[in-house]
Amino acid sequence: MTKFNDEQLKEFSRLVARYPEGKQKSALLPVLHLAQDSFGGWLSAETMDYVAELLNITPIEVYEVATFYSMYNLKPVGKYMFEVCQTGPCMVNGCDDIIEYIGTKLGIKPGETTADGMFTLKTVECLGACGYAPMMQMGKHYKEHLTKERVDAIIDECRKNAAANN
Amino acid sequence: MGVKLLLEKAHVPGIRYIETYRKEGGYRAVEKALKQMDPASIVEEVKKSGLRGRGGAGFPAGMKWSFIAKPEGVPRHLVCNADESEPGTFKDRYLMEFIPHLLIEGLIVSSFALGSNDTYIYIRGEYAWIVDILEQAIEEAKANGFLGKNILGTGFDCNIYVQRGAGAYICGEETALIESLEGKRGNPRIKPPFPAIEGLWRRPTVVNNVETLAAVVPIINMGGDEYAKIGVGRSTGTKLISACGNINKPGVYEIDMTISVEEFIYSDEYCGGIANGKRLKACIPGGSSVPILPANLLLKTAKGETRYMNYESLSDGGFATGSMMGSGGFIVLDEDQCIVKNTYTLARFYRHESCGQCSPCREGTGWMEKILKNIDTGKGKMSDIDLLWDIQRKIEGNTICPLGDAAAWPVAAAIRHFRDEFEWHVNHPEEAQKRNYGLAHYADPIHVPA
Repeated sequence: MTKFNDEQLKEFSRLVARYPEGKQKSALLPVLHLAQDSFGGWLSAETMDYVAELLNITPIEVYEVATFYSMYNLKPVGKYMFEVCQTGPCMVNGCDDIIEYIGTKLGIKPGETTADGMFTLKTVECLGACGYAPMMQMGKHYKEHLTKERVDAIIDECRKNAAANN
Repeated sequence: MGVKLLLEKAHVPGIRYIETYRKEGGYRAVEKALKQMDPASIVEEVKKSGLRGRGGAGFPAGMKWSFIAKPEGVPRHLVCNADESEPGTFKDRYLMEFIPHLLIEGLIVSSFALGSNDTYIYIRGEYAWIVDILEQAIEEAKANGFLGKNILGTGFDCNIYVQRGAGAYICGEETALIESLEGKRGNPRIKPPFPAIEGLWRRPTVVNNVETLAAVVPIINMGGDEYAKIGVGRSTGTKLISACGNINKPGVYEIDMTISVEEFIYSDEYCGGIANGKRLKACIPGGSSVPILPANLLLKTAKGETRYMNYESLSDGGFATGSMMGSGGFIVLDEDQCIVKNTYTLARFYRHESCGQCSPCREGTGWMEKILKNIDTGKGKMSDIDLLWDIQRKIEGNTICPLGDAAAWPVAAAIRHFRDEFEWHVNHPEEAQKRNYGLAHYADPIHVPA
């Protein structure tokens, strides 16, 4: 059953309290981030319905927002998601090679997840790190100045962390 | 060394924290504004400063502030636009990461000037770690009596909240941003009514860029007249430029808008010249949506005069031979870069980011992306170039918001200045499929610094 725990509910209340009374819908984007982080990195229909209930809005109001913004995942993703920027300034600095290298190394194409559910590769548009290209987002942080060696090190570190947490 | 008003202290160790920030003179503007000035005189100083919106449009900030409606009993809001998403632009991120209290200080003063008791920072969702930095700065400001109830005993109450977006370039457009802040899709609204009359929750609202609001701090500290003495003409004060592409020193630079483009690119104080000993081919000087210029027109105007890094000089010649200051996202391309491929990636970006509300933009951006991909990969026809030109003309000016224009301009400028490169792709399909490079001769005359 999809339900926030006490700590998550506290954060939910903090987010909603920022807006005037009756304007709790304004908290929808941050609450969807919270829901995605809390329930396995993606938004199922069940999760979205739960968010609608919490904010006292209709489910369609949640669906139309969740499908508009690129950061909400509408299907399951890997434990680690590599979101590699492919827009102009990153392209100029060789992002195509990096995307191809990650894909070959992990045996997946952009948009796919490895069979073990560990990695998802996704191409994204400009993330505002143009001077530190090529780059990708991984969770909350950016990995910048990517090279093949740095990609190797990041993948190794992910595998090590995953093993340590098991 | 030019004057630095925003980033001068950005690298003082510990400047992210309020103790250090105050030791370096921080929060003087709040003290001065709230204790010695009234809202109207703050607006007056900002008007006198000549400060222009730093998000891209360059609209005079003081004038924008003076439009805010003040109906009896209706709360007003200031919203900070931190949705920085224009390709090539990463200056606001830099400011917020390194010297967050400068933005918070600017927000407090501006909130007082506009009468906003609840002020929102709308930050792009990907800048997730910066949310923590800003929220910590807000907590520190609150603990020091600069935020919350009865600030510095003046009776002024103000709270600042940080709201994360979730990945949508369109939310940088102020009415789309407001929609998003209300928990909706980022579909721009039809103007009028302008946000100053009916904005967030239909209340009077001012939306300003991060850098614009940070600049209010030095304006209050030094006075609008002194601020206006920096720079040249209507390009007053300093501007943050985020430089990227094929240069030796990519990064964020604060300039006083009196330096030449040539100095900015080749001087070691700024970009440090073209990387790997290559030559300059072209540049997009103000974020991906402004017109690309070939090297010769970038460094000198069509009249042969030196081009400077300011609003007027960068737009000298209009779109025929000039460009725009835009957001200050300065993208440099060296002799090996392919204009067709670069334009294709930008067209893909705009197709991805179109909200889909207006047909010319929703359909046109998709067409442009497909046609450019075909030309780039050697599958284009000569008539495709004219078709591209026709499509971009039909998008420009025919949409609710400026995203349509932003998508049209890069395609138009690329064809205007590099048509022969598009034709080369059509005439050499096999080579075009194999390589993106080696098209340097199209940029002649290439500037070689003495």
